[in-house]
Formats: sequence, C-alpha cells, structure tokens
Amino acid sequence: MGPFLFNLFAVFSVVCAAGVVLNKNAVNAALCLLLSLVGVAGLFVSLEAYLLAFLLLLVYAGAIVALFLFIVMLLDTKGDARPTLHKLPLLARVMAFALVGAGVGSFVVRGQLESPDLSRTPALGASLKLYAYQLFTTYLLPVQILGFLLLVAMLGVIVLSKKFDGLDDIK
Amino acid sequence: MIAPTLNAYLALSVLLFALGLLGVLIRRNTLVVFMCLELMLVASTLALVAFSRFNGTMDGNVFVFFILTVAAAEVAVGLAIIVALFRKRQTIQIDQLNTLKN
Repeated sequence: MGPFLFNLFAVFSVVCAAGVVLNKNAVNAALCLLLSLVGVAGLFVSLEAYLLAFLLLLVYAGAIVALFLFIVMLLDTKGDARPTLHKLPLLARVMAFALVGAGVGSFVVRGQLESPDLSRTPALGASLKLYAYQLFTTYLLPVQILGFLLLVAMLGVIVLSKKFDGLDDIK
Repeated sequence: MIAPTLNAYLALSVLLFALGLLGVLIRRNTLVVFMCLELMLVASTLALVAFSRFNGTMDGNVFVFFILTVAAAEVAVGLAIIVALFRKRQTIQIDQLNTLKN
C-alpha cells in the first residue's frame, strides 16, 4: 500500500482521536472512537495484518463501541464541561513542556530505527495458518488463561450488575 | 507526504497513545476517560503490529490477539462498575467521586 493511503489513514485516526478527547458529548466521543478505530484498522491492512484489522473492527468497533453507546444511553448524563488545563501551577506546566520537548527532541535526533525493506521481509501476519500454529503451540497456555479470564470477567459482570437485598441474598 | 517506515508507524502510535493519555488526564466524565484508555490500548497494538511486520516475526501479531481479548474483558467489567457506581451515587463525574480523598 502506497504512502498516500498510509498518510490518509494516519491523519484520519489522529484527527478522530483528538475528537474523542475534545468532544463535550459522550455519544460524539464514542462515534469518534469508532472512526479512529477504523483508521487504525486501515493501518493494520497497510501492514498486511488482515486478520487483525478484521478482528479490530469486529471486537472493538462492533462490540466495545456498541457497549459504550448502550451505557451512555442508559446513564443519560449531561454534556461534559469543556476540558481545560488551566488548573496546573506554572512550575508543573513548564516542567511538562520541557519533558515533552525533550522527548520529541530525542525521538527526532536519536530515535531513528532503521526500517528494513518490506519487499524482502515476509508478511507473516497475512497468513491465517501461522496464527493458528502459534496460538496452539507456543502460546497454548496463555490462550487457556485468557479463556479463564473471560469466564471470570463474565461472572464478575453478572455479580456486579445484580442487585443484592442483603447478606441473606448472597447465601 | 511521509513514507510508511517503521519510524512513522511508531511516531503515529506514540501520538495516539499521547492523545489517549491527555484524554485520561483532562476529561471529567468516567465513560470518556474509559474510551481514552481504549485508545491507548489500540495505539500500543499498532506499535506491536508494526514491529512484527518490519521484523518478519509473528509474536507481535499474536500479542495483539491477547490485548484484544483482555480489552474486551476489561471493558465489560469496567462498564459494569461504572453502572453500579451510577446506581449508588447518581453521578459519573470524576470530580464528584472523591469519597476516598479526605
């Protein structure tokens, strides 16, 4: 994929991410998050990780953002105040700007990783078989732990959202 | 026009992560803070996929799998906590949830 599409998706995802941070309305923020995720999925496609792009859209954009929208609708909160940065003391602001400047400066000056020629590096993320092979051999134990984690999360959510009337209810 | 090198992908990932962190720091609505957390997770997955592609390895891609799963579990539990909090306190604004502060 050419540089044009990379730039397009990069600018799109960053602009939408800024929309998440700056939007006063929670629904608009959730929709900006959705668009930003679409941009990141496009970048995954440009990195030839097609399965991950699809999963990102399916899990994040499909399930998680929909869940966020449900909760926003359920709680029905009023619009947020415009986010401000004015409450910081002057010293903290100066230090923060200095740290950010040092970080960006060191990234530009020293942090240049050489990037290998992509046509000679194999795109392993494009093949579905390799994912299956890795997940069921090298990463078998983490996969099982993740399954258990999902079970625990599901039980936790059920317990959290149930209304208890007292100690007798738990027994 | 920026060429899609490893550095460009990493800079983009850092930028997205920084935007998410900024949102976590300055927003007052718990739901939006949570969305910004998700943004930070996605930014880290972008760095992992980029490293994986440019180094010709598979481990970063598999890690993204795990991050996606953990993020899904985290969102479910976090949103349940927020709903329980709203039921008890009738607010999800962070500056009003300061019972533990004093």
